[in-house]
Amino acid sequence: MATDRSPETTAGRVGRWSLTAFATAGFIYLFTPIVVIVAFSFNKPAGKFNIIWRHFTLDNWKDPFAPGPLTDAMILSLKIATIAAFVATVLGSLIALALVRYRFKGGALVNLLLVLPITTPEIVMGSSLATLFIDWGWQRGFTTIVIAHILFCTSFVALTVKARIRGFDWSLEDAAMDLGAPPWRTFSRVTLPLITPGILAAALLSFALSIDDFIITFFNSGSEETFPIRIFGASRVEISPQINVLATIVLLGSVSLMLAGVLFRRRLEES
Amino acid sequence: MAADDDGDRTKRRGRWVPFGLLSPGMIWLGLFFLLPLVTLARTSLSVKESRFAVDAKFTWEWSNFTNAISDYSEQFVRSFIYAGTATLLCIAIGYPVAYVIAVRGGRYKNALLGLVVVPFFTSFLIRTLAWATVLADNGPVLGMLERLHLVGTLDSLGIVQNGGLLSTHVAVIGGLTYNFLPFMILPIYVSLEKIDLRLTEAAKDLYNNGWQAFRRVVLPLSLPGVFAGSLLTFIPAAGDFVNARFLGGPNNTMIGTVVQDRFLVQLDYPTAAALSFTLMAIITVATLVYARLLGTDDLV
Repeated sequence: MATDRSPETTAGRVGRWSLTAFATAGFIYLFTPIVVIVAFSFNKPAGKFNIIWRHFTLDNWKDPFAPGPLTDAMILSLKIATIAAFVATVLGSLIALALVRYRFKGGALVNLLLVLPITTPEIVMGSSLATLFIDWGWQRGFTTIVIAHILFCTSFVALTVKARIRGFDWSLEDAAMDLGAPPWRTFSRVTLPLITPGILAAALLSFALSIDDFIITFFNSGSEETFPIRIFGASRVEISPQINVLATIVLLGSVSLMLAGVLFRRRLEES
Repeated sequence: MAADDDGDRTKRRGRWVPFGLLSPGMIWLGLFFLLPLVTLARTSLSVKESRFAVDAKFTWEWSNFTNAISDYSEQFVRSFIYAGTATLLCIAIGYPVAYVIAVRGGRYKNALLGLVVVPFFTSFLIRTLAWATVLADNGPVLGMLERLHLVGTLDSLGIVQNGGLLSTHVAVIGGLTYNFLPFMILPIYVSLEKIDLRLTEAAKDLYNNGWQAFRRVVLPLSLPGVFAGSLLTFIPAAGDFVNARFLGGPNNTMIGTVVQDRFLVQLDYPTAAALSFTLMAIITVATLVYARLLGTDDLV
């Protein structure tokens, strides 16, 4: 880099070092609670609150999915996230395709409507949806949670997919058609492979957003307990080490998924 | 968003196909995002005859707003101070981190970016609870401060209150900063990444001073990232109540705490709706002012 050309001044070196030190401190800050979460999955708490370190045990890891409200909540969250991610990915990808591939009136308006849910505080979205369901006389529960999750995921999917597929060489489609491929075949053999990585990334993002959502869900869950709702509700009575075990499993799972994605893309780029 | 209607010649013209592609998602957004805002507005101007009445009657009850704002001005002010401070801290911590990754990262760029994201694979609530563990009265941080005999000094600075780190402004702001930090780092990273490094080289030759080159060239070019990051941090932070609940005490409640309590515990929908609506209005105005200040009008 530039340092080869111009001799570095002392001030420059001090600046560079302090910047690196500062960034390292930033990373330590980012990882502090993660270390605590993983460490406390091996703690034997004195009472119902797993917040003070006593001594090391493997007991908590013996049966991470022991039947109980926390496991039920986890299963419910996985169910909701699967449905919400699937529907939102379809709805959002269609919007992105329309925005990137077609010229039509009102594109700016569509963009605005996509950005608004992201720039609206969750508490406003959650409470406004709840007023709608109350107005309609709908009991809040599983269905209303799924509706809410599809809503906020759709915006993220549309914006993510749009950003990923903009600037592709779409003339490949015309080439396929010129060669006599019927439209559906052009779509499945040319368009779909082009847009799949972006769509997969958006689907994963939706899944993660849905599984972690608390505030919007809190207003629209009725008596259903998703994983975050269960943790929040029970936090006054107990903070069980099972929370830490499940969190650690989710963390390991997502990191391996991320690494697998990186390897997959590398393989794809090589071929 | 002018860039979308560019002269992209590969775009097809069409009327019915884009309409068909758009309508399912747009109907969903209209039905479950725009329509609820209308019912929220209507609820905020309604009266609920008793706590147990199911519906609220719409009566143009403007006093809901004046009462809600005067009763909870303290929480409003506190929410904006907390969210504003957290946003500034996120810029202070996030900018150097993003800069180091984008400019010095080299071949480890993606790995370092991954490291920024990894902590957020655990649930928001569990992360916040973990901070409560770290800052607890018997926790590691307070123990270390006691051994270093710093508790007294920090107490006079207001960082420690009643001999503890929890239930303080600092704890809640720290939690907010932590939870929204990646939303600051990632947009700043993206905007720094786009800058042509040769530009900084040229600037260094021109100003013969790294700091000047940064201030005159890199910083202005990265402002869109700072702007996007600030929105993504400030907006959720201002409406949050989880950090206040786990890390704060009765003197650290935020406006989200009140909305949640009014709506879900007291079943006082009109007051909750009026508070929600006011929060949204203030945030919208703040966003527009901020965009004007940073000169990023064309972003929104």
